[in-house]
Amino acid sequence: MIPKSGDRFSDKIMLQKSMLLVDVEKRLGEFQVAAKFETAGGATALFGPSGAGKTSIVSMIGGLLTPDRGRIALDDTVLFDSATRTDVPAHRRRIGTVFQEGRLFPHMTVARNLDYGRWMSGLAADPAEQDRIVDLLDIGALLERRPGRLSGGERQRVAIGRALLMKPRLLLLDEPLASLDRARKQEILPYLARLRDDAKVPMIYVSHQAGEIQRLCSQVVRIEDGQVAATGGLKLLDEARS
Amino acid sequence: MLNLTPDEWTAVELSLRIAVVATVVSLPFGIAIAWLLARKDFWGKALLDGVVHLPLVLPPVVTGYLLLITFGRKGLVGAFLADLGIVFSFRWTGAALACGVMAFPLLVRAIRLSFEAIDRRLEDAASTLGASGPWAFLTVTLPLALPGVIAGMVLAFAKALGEFGATITFVSNIPGETQTLSAAIYTFTQIPNGDAAAMRLVIIAIVIALAALVASEWFARRAGMRYHGD
Repeated sequence: MIPKSGDRFSDKIMLQKSMLLVDVEKRLGEFQVAAKFETAGGATALFGPSGAGKTSIVSMIGGLLTPDRGRIALDDTVLFDSATRTDVPAHRRRIGTVFQEGRLFPHMTVARNLDYGRWMSGLAADPAEQDRIVDLLDIGALLERRPGRLSGGERQRVAIGRALLMKPRLLLLDEPLASLDRARKQEILPYLARLRDDAKVPMIYVSHQAGEIQRLCSQVVRIEDGQVAATGGLKLLDEARS
Repeated sequence: MLNLTPDEWTAVELSLRIAVVATVVSLPFGIAIAWLLARKDFWGKALLDGVVHLPLVLPPVVTGYLLLITFGRKGLVGAFLADLGIVFSFRWTGAALACGVMAFPLLVRAIRLSFEAIDRRLEDAASTLGASGPWAFLTVTLPLALPGVIAGMVLAFAKALGEFGATITFVSNIPGETQTLSAAIYTFTQIPNGDAAAMRLVIIAIVIALAALVASEWFARRAGMRYHGD
């Protein structure tokens, strides 16, 4: 299927400097991912049904999965290019990832989880930024606890904070609310909206829930069957429903 | 009852030293091989796995004899090491080598199992946060495997403390140099009126074994608490 570009929003994207460029192919057993799209900062949704290949695409952007062929570039940095055999390892990409299950380190306190990315990325301590993010996500009361004693919603807020505190160039959120019940989702969504407005980090938000995307994103990349079915504005969500 | 003679104390002290050295020196190798077996696929993996486990199934005397012809003064490796001033044969260091080799499969098994039980997605998360492979291993994998590492060390220590067949074959039974607790007990049971001395050493052996078990429980519980409590 050829990506649609007649949408007014995506025309606007073309005029801006491209932020993230993804053009990847990857065979996973019987399943073939072949996705090409660009985003221009802000919050972009990767939207599509479960099993469409959204997580695979995000893993390739983050460097956890190596494409068979293609190119990934963030601003002026080429992260992956099969033609020039470029493949920046995940730990040098500075791309923060929030996983569906949080993946907090169970043997560290919340405070040490939050500080881990700064420490491993070799960044200087920035208490002001840390306080700002802790306030933004309301996790100040949790700092001395261990992840085993957090609720699902608290855990995801800490995971978001942990990804932000490494000062990422891009934030990947891979179904961050999928493991939460409806009430917990409603608890986290406002934080994500604040994040988008205050943190000024470009975001890729993966979800199959149109409601979440409507709340957070301005651009949509619709993924179906491992391919980009359409790119454009929020009205793509309605097309998917009908 | 527990008035040990100087010779008996020497055997106890020697056994502890040999078991501690054997455990501590083999630990980094044990961690490395356990990690390879748990995480990597490579040519000869089944062979490596088999060789590591060999001392567990071979008669200890066979292992001791193989060590003798390999690490003895005239052995392939032993002659080379002797030129460098490292001698194993008929020294306590040789006893430590024999105990380390005999305990190695137990050490590797316990650590490998705990590596395999770790959620590898946590290591992925560490790499997205800027941790290179070695850093992710040191800050995430190894701390999470700690209970298994402790269990492996206790097993290896216990095995090393009780090792008899390979040690006596490789480095003989020289009082003050290679006569461990087990070898001393054996010797006392072979001489007239040695029963009292053998019994004293038996009690010491039981005390050491119990102390090691209690200590490992304590360490393992402490390590476990770090993941579940706050």
